[in-house]
Amino acid sequence: MSLLELHDVSMIYGSVKALQGIDLTVEKGEWLALMGPSGSGKTTLMNIIGCMDKASTGSIVLDGVDFTDVTAGNLTMLRRDKIGLVFQQFHLIPYLTAVENLMVAQYYHSMPDEQEALLALERVGLKERARHLPSQLSGGEQQRVCIARALINYPMLILADEPTGNLDETNAKLVLEFFQQLHREGHTIIMVTHDPKVAELAERCIVLEHGRIANRKDRRIVCREEEVS
Amino acid sequence: MTKMTKYSMYTKMIWNALLRRRSRMLIALLAVAIGATVVSGLVTIYYDVPRQMGREFRSYGANLLLTPAGDQQVMMQNLVANATALLPSDKLIGIAPYLYDRIKLNEQPFLVAGTSFQAVKKVSPYWQIRGEWPADQSEDIVIGAEVAERLEIEPGQQVTLAVAGSEAEKKVKVAGILRTGGSEENFIFLDLTLLQQMLKKEGVISIAQVSITANETELNTLTQQIGEKVPGMEPRLVKQVTQSEQTVLGKLQALVYLVTIVVLLLTLICVATTMMAVVTERRKEIGLKKALGAENRSIIFEFLGEGLALGALGGLLGTVLGFFFAQAVSVNVFGRMISFQPLIALLALVVSIAVTGLACLVPVKIATEVEPAIVLRGE
Repeated sequence: MSLLELHDVSMIYGSVKALQGIDLTVEKGEWLALMGPSGSGKTTLMNIIGCMDKASTGSIVLDGVDFTDVTAGNLTMLRRDKIGLVFQQFHLIPYLTAVENLMVAQYYHSMPDEQEALLALERVGLKERARHLPSQLSGGEQQRVCIARALINYPMLILADEPTGNLDETNAKLVLEFFQQLHREGHTIIMVTHDPKVAELAERCIVLEHGRIANRKDRRIVCREEEVS
Repeated sequence: MTKMTKYSMYTKMIWNALLRRRSRMLIALLAVAIGATVVSGLVTIYYDVPRQMGREFRSYGANLLLTPAGDQQVMMQNLVANATALLPSDKLIGIAPYLYDRIKLNEQPFLVAGTSFQAVKKVSPYWQIRGEWPADQSEDIVIGAEVAERLEIEPGQQVTLAVAGSEAEKKVKVAGILRTGGSEENFIFLDLTLLQQMLKKEGVISIAQVSITANETELNTLTQQIGEKVPGMEPRLVKQVTQSEQTVLGKLQALVYLVTIVVLLLTLICVATTMMAVVTERRKEIGLKKALGAENRSIIFEFLGEGLALGALGGLLGTVLGFFFAQAVSVNVFGRMISFQPLIALLALVVSIAVTGLACLVPVKIATEVEPAIVLRGE
């Protein structure tokens, strides 16, 4: 059974069709790159997969749970239990330290556990920075805290929105190496990116254009096409 | 470093949100504290004003008269002691007995009043004496300014007193000349016992003036009790004094009440505006929390928690400052210290928390409407 199955998913805002007839399947342990120009519907698709928005039509099944018609409350529960989010702008709570930012995710999920949060920070190489506020951390460090937070509740699916978009080359490399490690460990990752080199690390790439999947090819072909264009 | 409870994490989030975002929260805290200061101060004054003003009003003279019942012109002095037993001693300022009659001073007839000068000092502190007050039980007298002017008498001068129809005369010293601006200036005042002896009316008085700190209702109750329990005596309220006292107090209290309401409303608006700004600038944080799985209930608890903590802190600060504010007003206006009222402090604290909670309702409602999707839209 696939981890994620989208069938004929559309999203319509008034007269604007943000997504049209999206069919997509993501297997467990797969790394999928999602590419496309601005306004192509990437964010809308991520919001729907991340249980933050409901599609206008179509069906979505995540880990065997069909959440096409679930209530807002159940959508929150699904998001909390099954999704880990990594953002381009990190979105750490500014008045909480690194470890507290991880504990907030635990707090909403089940029970805050400082020991476990510290271990998660150690895993991303930030144990020494655990008591620092986000403003005292570099961009790369903030992104690593964000990744640790996404992983703290053992999600089924990691959604990463341009995770290297706000990082310099060195930090971007560090973060990507970490994603590679997660992939090797069997995590399922869907990553939005504009960078073909980042997409090349994924097993599969899809390109969205005008709310439709324009390309559904092997990553090497897609990435090569992107590089050429 | 073990598992912490959800409650301790909640507390940590609330305190960190307040302490690490000082500049914004200080404005809200200041608004609550100023509101609580004024409210606590004004309520203390509201509570204390009748007590303070009551004492002030007592300087305008008696507010209760004890008179002989029916058509009687005089009553026995011991009835006053019976009536006094019914009056609350902590509120009683003084009781001045009077025996009125006519007497000759230097062979001219005048109105005379026998009284206790010590008691008069308490009941009628507005009496102005040129010269000095006679010592208690002494044979020195006080004469009204009108009498003194007519006979050209100065303090320290010897005069002759005589009762009409009697040959006996008594030489006494004028200790002081009395000015009140009222009918007292036509009287001669001497010690009650001395006058009773001269008139051969031992143990008899015409009236007793009572000064007591009580409002109109309390005075009516006391009047009724004395009327029932002391036969031969008819107590009467000095309506002018009592009613004007009530009117002034009522107006003063209404003013304080009005100002308190206005201050509460202003605090409400100020806190609501600040909390609204807090919610607006934290939309992304709210969206993030929702994206992490926070339910609306959690968001409501967190923002209400922050608001109520602000209310409690501001209320506590304001209550303390309010007491000093009320103390300063009391000392400067009434010249008296006030005592700390724990109930008022508790009330100010509860009102601060309630007002802040109320002010948070709309901002909190707006916070729950933030969608989690905004964290990905990059708005």
